[in-house]
Amino acid sequence: MGDWKTITVPALSSASKIPYQNTSEKKNRSTCGTSEKKMSPSSLNMQQVLRSPLPLSKSMHSFFSAFCTEENVEQSISYLNRELTTLGFPSLYSECKDKELNVVSVLNCMNELLVLQRKNLRAQEEVEIQHLKLGSDMDHLQNCYAKVKEQLETSRREIVGLQERDRQQQCKHRNLHQLLKNEKDEVQKLQNIIASRATQYNHDMKRKEREYNKLKERLHQLVMNKKDKKIAMDVLNYVGRVDGKRGAWRTGKTEARNEEEMYKVLLGGYEQRQKQLLVENAELKKVLQQMKKEMISLLPPQKQKPKERAEDGIGPVLSDMEEDAVELNKENMWELSCETVREQLTNSIRKQWRMLKNHVEKLDNQVSRAHSGALNGSDVISREDHELETEKLELEIQQCKEMIKTQQQLLQQQLMSPCDDDTSMLLQDCYLLEERERLQEEWKLFREQKKNFERERRSFTEAAIRLGLERKAFEEDRGAWLKQQFLSMTSDHKNSEHVKTQSAYSGSSDPDNQLMNFRSRQKKPHCLPSVPPSEELCQTIQHIPHNSNSSVVLNKTTEDSKPKQWKGLNKAETE
Amino acid sequence: MNFSEVFKLSSLLCKFSPDGKYLASCVQYRLIVRDVNNLQILQLYTCLDQIQYIEWSSDSLFILCAMYKRGIVQVWSLEQPDWHCKIDEGSAGLVASCWSPDGRHILNTTEFYLRITVWSLCTKSVSYIKYPKACQNGIAFTKDGRYMALAERRDCKDFISLFVCSDWQLLRHFDTETQDLSGIEWAPNGCVLAVWDTCLEYKILLYSLDGRLLSTYSAYEWSLGIKSVAWSPSSQFLAIGSYDEKVRILNHVTWKKITEFEHPATIANPKIIVYKEMEKSPRVETESLAFPPARAQASSLFSTQSKYDISQVPVSLQYVKPVADRANPRIGIGMLAFSPDNCFLATKNDNIPNAIWIWDVQKLKLFVVLEQLYAVQLFQWDPHQPRLAICTGNSKVYLWSPAGCVSVQVPMEGDFQVLSLCWHSSGDSMALLSKDNFCMCYLEREEVK
Repeated sequence: MGDWKTITVPALSSASKIPYQNTSEKKNRSTCGTSEKKMSPSSLNMQQVLRSPLPLSKSMHSFFSAFCTEENVEQSISYLNRELTTLGFPSLYSECKDKELNVVSVLNCMNELLVLQRKNLRAQEEVEIQHLKLGSDMDHLQNCYAKVKEQLETSRREIVGLQERDRQQQCKHRNLHQLLKNEKDEVQKLQNIIASRATQYNHDMKRKEREYNKLKERLHQLVMNKKDKKIAMDVLNYVGRVDGKRGAWRTGKTEARNEEEMYKVLLGGYEQRQKQLLVENAELKKVLQQMKKEMISLLPPQKQKPKERAEDGIGPVLSDMEEDAVELNKENMWELSCETVREQLTNSIRKQWRMLKNHVEKLDNQVSRAHSGALNGSDVISREDHELETEKLELEIQQCKEMIKTQQQLLQQQLMSPCDDDTSMLLQDCYLLEERERLQEEWKLFREQKKNFERERRSFTEAAIRLGLERKAFEEDRGAWLKQQFLSMTSDHKNSEHVKTQSAYSGSSDPDNQLMNFRSRQKKPHCLPSVPPSEELCQTIQHIPHNSNSSVVLNKTTEDSKPKQWKGLNKAETE
Repeated sequence: MNFSEVFKLSSLLCKFSPDGKYLASCVQYRLIVRDVNNLQILQLYTCLDQIQYIEWSSDSLFILCAMYKRGIVQVWSLEQPDWHCKIDEGSAGLVASCWSPDGRHILNTTEFYLRITVWSLCTKSVSYIKYPKACQNGIAFTKDGRYMALAERRDCKDFISLFVCSDWQLLRHFDTETQDLSGIEWAPNGCVLAVWDTCLEYKILLYSLDGRLLSTYSAYEWSLGIKSVAWSPSSQFLAIGSYDEKVRILNHVTWKKITEFEHPATIANPKIIVYKEMEKSPRVETESLAFPPARAQASSLFSTQSKYDISQVPVSLQYVKPVADRANPRIGIGMLAFSPDNCFLATKNDNIPNAIWIWDVQKLKLFVVLEQLYAVQLFQWDPHQPRLAICTGNSKVYLWSPAGCVSVQVPMEGDFQVLSLCWHSSGDSMALLSKDNFCMCYLEREEVK
């Protein structure tokens, strides 16, 4: 047949990737079968995609003319008609006349066939595409499958290997276990051996010892029996005992005495030990008490209350016990060594210690919190602040040191700088100039004051003299006045008042005398400004008020004025 | 420090009298009594045979000389040189001999520990004590000399008998729960008796004076046990040295262990002072050497000087591994001694034979370690102050006190190997004993710097 390059349905061809380009017939299917698998010479063109549904090459014409020639037109028509009717197409012949070609139906059939052909081609395309897709999927799956198979293989091999190793380890483990068991058994065996050997040894020893004892007995008998003179002591004379006394017979009394002695020695030893232990105990108790006090003092007072509150029922009981213990301890700490006191002491110390520990832990927490920068209490100084402070202080110290150094240097310079005599003299004096001037000023002041005081004193003395004179006059007046008084009084009571008058006279005369003294001594203050005369004068003045009662008020005033004056004098003198 | 000249000596028998006035020494069969201060011979006695043991009586009036081979004990008097006394045990033989505390009785232990014969010098009477225990310290007297404890063994069991020394009355007789008693010792206050078992079992029993068992202490089982025991002078502590290189201290109130002292080969604590004896050879000036060299020079040329250096911790000491299959191995704490003021305890671990460990008893801690060049033979505390004298078998004597330690060369011609020493009761001098000689060493007050 010809070279029809049509693309046939893959069902017709064998399952292969490359679509065969078979030759086929449109009309004669059976004959197509022979030429189906024939590869056309132009199979080289297979590389090119010849998927055009419409055959256009020249060779098509030859193919077309192969089926129907001029000779077998009728047969071909009848054949085609038969085929088409079996396929369901209408007949090609016209209805009225047989063997006459119905062009319309022929054309319709042809159209139908074309449509069918196109449909088929499209379907074929789709199928091809799907086929490709499936092929690639298949490839992919095959790859995956191959890989998975490989993995499976490797994992199987691994498993086998691991199983092998596991088996070996199990073996080893079993072996070691066995070894351990063996060792343990051996140890046990050896211990048993030792024990048995020990018993055997003891038994043998005992046996040998018994034999030995028998020998000893035998020997002893022999030795004792021999009684030869050789066993003897040859002493020149007896030796006195150490304590000079005679030996005593051994009696029951001596035995009892010995027992007594022994017990005395033992008791002595025990007593000594007990004393030591008591002393130790007392010391330890003291130490514990001290520790307790210190612990209590260490703990801040407010902490104790919440703690005690927290201990609810136990709290009050414990505090009671504490009080009791404290009382007990205060009273007779040292003597008591009974169980309860000891327990109380240890319990209280434990409690205090616990509180102290909690307190310390709290402080630690606070410190750690301060470190991490969280909010800290007012009494906790953060480290940075602390460091800043220390830096500041160090700076200050540095500055101060530098200042001191410079000052020292300057001082040194001052002292050590070389200079000539004048300047040195000047320099030597310069420190004292200020002082000297000040001193001089003060001297001046002092001298002025002295002069002033001298003047004042003189004025005072003059005033005193004047006053003395006035006083004298006054006294004279007073005396006269008193005289008159008494004269008037005595005119009333002549005899009884005689004494009084006498006394009055004496009193009046005394003041005169004293006034005389006073006057004479008045002159003295001028020449001898010494203290004693003034004191005497004070005393004499005081005598005057003692003598007469009525003149108390007057004297008081004089007293007041005089001592003041003298005081002023005194002051002046001392300055 | 002054050294006297050497005198002859045999068998390391040299003892001071208890009152400190005399020194007795033996040369073969002669007993020589010297004055302590000038070492002049005061008395010379001749015995019948080579003397093996001498002991002063407690009042320093008599000396006993025991000759074990002949079985004879001869007693000499200082006051009356003509007085003589000979005790002959005859066929019974003699193994040990000692005075009783009153100085008038002699206790002889016959051969095979058959019996103990008590000979009285006052009454010429004899008493026998049967079944004494065949151990080294079977007899113990209390410090005040009133009571004597004697270990006995009857029917494979151990017993203790307590006697009153004044009339030898048996006060108490009780059995002990020991397998094989190996030693007894009274506490210095005379109220407690420590009894310990053989080294195969660690067990120490404490009995009161009236025979009651106060307490038992056993640190461990099976391994070798107690090697040495020492009471502290105040009777407060009992130090037990054992074969496991540890010392355990028991207290007298509860008789329980308060601490244990270990003796490891390395010391790492920096607070412990380690004195190491170093050799320094003397510089030899070749010009001043004369030929032939004088004898004194020769000896001093070859004698090596030594001094103590303070080693820096950590220090590792020379550890000697004991021979495994021998009995009585040289391991464990072999020597223990408390200082007389109860402040220090000196110990020696036989595994580390060159070192002496000094422990502070008040703090219960290791204080000082002295490392010598040779194995320590003997150490002894001064009877009055905490001063330890050590000899290691060479020609030097070593002194330690809390102020420091010093190594002194004994300035003798020829070889003078100090094998033993003993202090005078006043602590002012000591006698250094070598195999054939001895010399006196006088210490000045506040000698050790």
